[in-house]
Amino acid sequence: MQQTKEEFVDAPVVQHPIECEAPNDQVASESLVTSNIKYMIVGILFGIVFVKAEVISWYRIQEMFRLHSFHMYGIIGTAVVVGMISVFLIKKFNIKTMQGEKVVFHDKTFHWGNIIGGLMFGLGWAITGACPGPLFAQIGSGFLVVIVTLLSAIFGTWVYGLLRDKLPH
Amino acid sequence: MLETIQQPWPWYVAGALIGLTVPALLLLGNKHFGISSSLRHVCAACIPGNISFFKYDWRKEIWNLFFVFGVLLGGVVATQLLSNPDPIVVSEKTVEALHALNIETDNQLMPASIFSFENLFSIRGLLFFVIGGFMVGFGARYAGGCTSGHAIMGLSTLQWPSLVATCCFMAGGFIMVHLIFPWLMTL
Repeated sequence: MQQTKEEFVDAPVVQHPIECEAPNDQVASESLVTSNIKYMIVGILFGIVFVKAEVISWYRIQEMFRLHSFHMYGIIGTAVVVGMISVFLIKKFNIKTMQGEKVVFHDKTFHWGNIIGGLMFGLGWAITGACPGPLFAQIGSGFLVVIVTLLSAIFGTWVYGLLRDKLPH
Repeated sequence: MLETIQQPWPWYVAGALIGLTVPALLLLGNKHFGISSSLRHVCAACIPGNISFFKYDWRKEIWNLFFVFGVLLGGVVATQLLSNPDPIVVSEKTVEALHALNIETDNQLMPASIFSFENLFSIRGLLFFVIGGFMVGFGARYAGGCTSGHAIMGLSTLQWPSLVATCCFMAGGFIMVHLIFPWLMTL
């Protein structure tokens, strides 16, 4: 994580996105396979839910943005409520991680990317019918052409990294 | 039992399970839910160039790549072993709206008339796969996260910038479907 001194002075808010937004805050050391295999298992369960609830369906995304179905709103709404309650309980009872560490939370700092990037993401979400999670599940479901979409999304991420200092934040 | 699993799952079941991913990752090892970060780790691992945004210890974040590989495997398992024998039911109004745009609903998860290799080198392919994917990747990173990192993890931890981002995701989707998409389909 390198940050030039200049950036700190000119645009202090840019400091935030240089860090990983979905960080690993575990202090205890981890081995490549045995420590990480559990995240793969959570991912498998998560992917099954995506397919079984048809979250990965292009049609369900169309329905959502046409307000023709409650399905996706119900899923996202329930997920947020369950997530909120879980985070509240973790904080309230100071529940520790499996390694006995305190759970770390991060505050997000507002920057203009939340709006500009957010709108762009929404445009892409509606046309591809997939946000990044479902992209992986769609490929697993046999829609192999989505590999092209995934590669393009990786390229988009790379171009963002390239242009980051020139974009308003 | 298997029959119940094979049916499409109701929103409250799916929503609750997706929501539980947040505490699961936190308690398994202080990991923060956010899928689009995996795309950044792929860049950092494979094509970092000389870009400061990709110069970090991606090995520390490799759990996220295990996670998304799991999501892909989950897609395989659900489709091969648990798949619903009945065609998916799309709302009547959406079927009509898509019909008006010459997209026939084929009752699979994705319309084969768009998501097939034959379309890869056509204007449709360019729009749906290449440009669409680019906007998802670029937009998510610029916004600082995607539906998982902002809408689910961010809102769960009461982050107002995540609420702003989530509203913009939705606004972008509405703009695409109602204003741009009808025009794109005439190309």
